Amino acid sequence: MLEVKNLFCERDERVLFSHLSFGISAGEVVQIEGQNGSGKTTLLRILCGLNESYQGELFWQQKEIAEVRDDYFSQMLYVGHLAGVKSTLTAEENLAWMQQLDPALDKVSIAEALKNVGLYGFEDVPCYTLSAGQQRRVGLARLYLSTAPLWILDEPFTALDKKGVAEKEALLAQHVFNGGSVILTTHHDLNVPGHTVRRINLNEVARS
Amino acid sequence: MNFFIAAVRRDLLLALRRRSDIVNPLAFFLMVAVMFPLAVSPESKFLAQVAPGVIWVAALLACLLSADGIFRSDFDDGSLEQMLVSPQPLVLIVLAKVLSHWIISGFCLALMSPLLAMMLFLPSEGLGALVLSLLLGTPTLSLLGAIGAGLTVGLRKGGILISLLILPLYIPVLIFGAGTVQAAAMGLPIAGYLALLGALLVLSMMLAPFAIAAALKISVRG
Repeated sequence: MLEVKNLFCERDERVLFSHLSFGISAGEVVQIEGQNGSGKTTLLRILCGLNESYQGELFWQQKEIAEVRDDYFSQMLYVGHLAGVKSTLTAEENLAWMQQLDPALDKVSIAEALKNVGLYGFEDVPCYTLSAGQQRRVGLARLYLSTAPLWILDEPFTALDKKGVAEKEALLAQHVFNGGSVILTTHHDLNVPGHTVRRINLNEVARS
Repeated sequence: MNFFIAAVRRDLLLALRRRSDIVNPLAFFLMVAVMFPLAVSPESKFLAQVAPGVIWVAALLACLLSADGIFRSDFDDGSLEQMLVSPQPLVLIVLAKVLSHWIISGFCLALMSPLLAMMLFLPSEGLGALVLSLLLGTPTLSLLGAIGAGLTVGLRKGGILISLLILPLYIPVLIFGAGTVQAAAMGLPIAGYLALLGALLVLSMMLAPFAIAAALKISVRG
């Protein structure tokens, strides 16, 4: 699905990675590893077009991403460090807006997605009254709504409790089982039931 | 079109939940009109002469002050990133944000301006021209302000920079805006002034959304 060829990126005269090439096909989970500051977030941002200070080529379904940008954006879901949750809006209003931005978020109803992330009964309170973990859950409710085949997730498990993490892992397993693929960074020991996780370590790539 | 309406509704809802966004520019606008006679001279003849300029400068500064916040909160909580990776056209999102900024700043200022006009003894012939010129001029201010806001949103302290970037572009609007009211107060025709304000609006509406979208991309990808 997604292919990265010969990617090179430096920041403040420090090479983050060079000659980085990998591909991800349907039904695969790729975990990007590396120390803090090794460029994990930078790599993910490059993959979703939020960072353009790199050299190398990116392909989506064998076509260069710059040429099929609209198609790519409609088939990719990105959840970043910042969840994009407005604290003055309620969970329901937040998700309704995300649905407007990305019409592909229509797998289940908003109420059902909120129930899935354990926010049943919290749909109409403003998000600033929710805890950090609950706010994170509002952002992650998008995963239940999404029909996009490619998920790019940056530290999706921060602030989640153990049960929440296990639920998300089961969701990832279901997504790849249905032919989707996931690229994510996490410091958590990832365990996707029934699937092997391919790991790419940026510290090793930088040295090569 | 549905998406555009939803985007405007979201921004207006956000402003309603945070009242200070609406009240601040209006309070600033009103305070200038209250303070000015106290500081300079309460004499009605003098005030009537300077009223068009004072009201227009106050409206312009009120717009400038609120422009800084157009993209700030969306940048801080990651909503802006989501807008950039969404399949919806960024220009449309930007236009919706500018429109809602104008509704909570420029439009409300124009509605409030007759009150200020009476406080500053503006002749009644100038009243209609004042409201009209503000309604035509302030959307341009919002559009231009959003370019500055887009360019400086990635900086921690963009407040001063945005004024330096945008004030020169505001000057034509100020000249023709205040000129409209002055001409009307003296009983001269104002159609020419309004046409110029309209032309500025059309020009900025055609070009600014693309500049704002490009500025946001630079700020986020930087």
